[in-house]
Amino acid sequence: MKESRPSQRIVITGVGLAAPGADNLADFRHNLLAGLSGIRLMEHRYIGKVPAGLCDFPETKYRKRKDNKRGTRAGCLGVYAAHEAVADAGLNLAASDRSRVGVYVGLTEHGNVETENEVYNLGQFDNNVDFWSHHHNPRTVLNNPAGEITMSLDITGPHYSVGAACAAGNAALIQGLQMLRLHDVDLALCGGISESTGSFGVFASFKAQGALASHPDPRQASRPFDRGRNGIVIAEGACLYTLERLDDALARGVKIHGEIIGYAMNSDARDFVLPYWPRQAECMRLALSRAGLVAQDIDIVNSHATGTRQGDIEECHALREVFADCPRTYINNTKSLIGHAMGAAGGLELAGNLPAFTDRLVHPTINIDDLDPACSLPNLVRDRAVETNGVKVILNNSFGMLGINSVVIVGKYQQ
Amino acid sequence: MTPEAIKAVILEIIQDIDEDADLATLKGELPLRDQLDLDSMDFLDIVMELRKRYKLQVPEEDYPKLASLDSTVAYLTPRLKDL
Repeated sequence: MKESRPSQRIVITGVGLAAPGADNLADFRHNLLAGLSGIRLMEHRYIGKVPAGLCDFPETKYRKRKDNKRGTRAGCLGVYAAHEAVADAGLNLAASDRSRVGVYVGLTEHGNVETENEVYNLGQFDNNVDFWSHHHNPRTVLNNPAGEITMSLDITGPHYSVGAACAAGNAALIQGLQMLRLHDVDLALCGGISESTGSFGVFASFKAQGALASHPDPRQASRPFDRGRNGIVIAEGACLYTLERLDDALARGVKIHGEIIGYAMNSDARDFVLPYWPRQAECMRLALSRAGLVAQDIDIVNSHATGTRQGDIEECHALREVFADCPRTYINNTKSLIGHAMGAAGGLELAGNLPAFTDRLVHPTINIDDLDPACSLPNLVRDRAVETNGVKVILNNSFGMLGINSVVIVGKYQQ
Repeated sequence: MTPEAIKAVILEIIQDIDEDADLATLKGELPLRDQLDLDSMDFLDIVMELRKRYKLQVPEEDYPKLASLDSTVAYLTPRLKDL
């Protein structure tokens, strides 16, 4: 699958994001390198105070308050990230054929927040459905965030969501890449969005499963690989990329953040929630094979680990298998700093590592005070950023419920 | 409620829908949708808000009577007179 034709090589030309603690890539990278947690306490209906990753960003920079009120939180996050990505790519959409732009948004879930709010409001009116909002359906259709982006940017090409649990960010990147290779579109705006912090049900379900993180200090609540980890810290966020075919990007003379050189997705086909390391390992090996690489070629593996007992152990097992003899390969984890941004996780975690191509640094994993021996990994970057001799290839893992695995490999752009 | 009070309520509801709406220059006799950034979904927000606040059901066939600020006040005055 390794592609050498410029019309089939797909590059990242723009990144727009809203993450816990940062509303742009430079600040995001700064926080990650400094080991600054973006987690804080939030008060939630029925649940009380919980650690969560919340985003502060200029919500009315690209659209009116009225549209934010009418739309969804996912739409609001997505519109911001989309405009930022387009600006970062130096694109003037007004001068482009906007019917040739596709919007592909990865979502873990959508509609929980809006439905819970409507049910709660209905309770204030004796459950009389006359008080159910006419906004409910347009807010909860699965293409909502992608559709809000097209309305804001006047994009008339295709838009839809890619539902892939917490592998969704990677899955949408893969979708964008494939649509570009098919020449279905000339520009793909793709990545992931999460508004899950607005849903008490998402918190309550993880809690019922024994998988919701708690800690006296919210900044220490997300602790993948640590023996004291006790679950997931849920985060909201958005990370959207502009992908283009290499020949188009070169013709525009635009900065290239990286090239997607490999990818893979597969299914465990065995359990609703429990991950399965052999299938994760297969997924990584398939992505490596498609990229024409071996494990030793990978400089950074950004792990998916979420801070659950079983999930972290399974991924570590897979990583030890695939990267058994890779003294140059570093492994880190972004969720320790920003929590689990669900549909946005794959996109945000990749974005947080992309600057390594130029600054040569590997951001640390924080909150590993007492490493779980079952999570022992070679070259796990802890506490402080590591300076390397150069980073050329990053492998990004994202896995999700129902046994969905995804891997995206991004290379530093080289002619 | 007096017509003046009803007018104030309608303006408040519109301002809540669109905080950026300029109500100072609004002409009472002209259609609201010609003067403001309001569409059919926003219009339904006004109907819903009246339902929530006053338990007032506006039948669909009466929606045209809520076209302008003046016609809305005229329509609501007899219906809200006892409040």
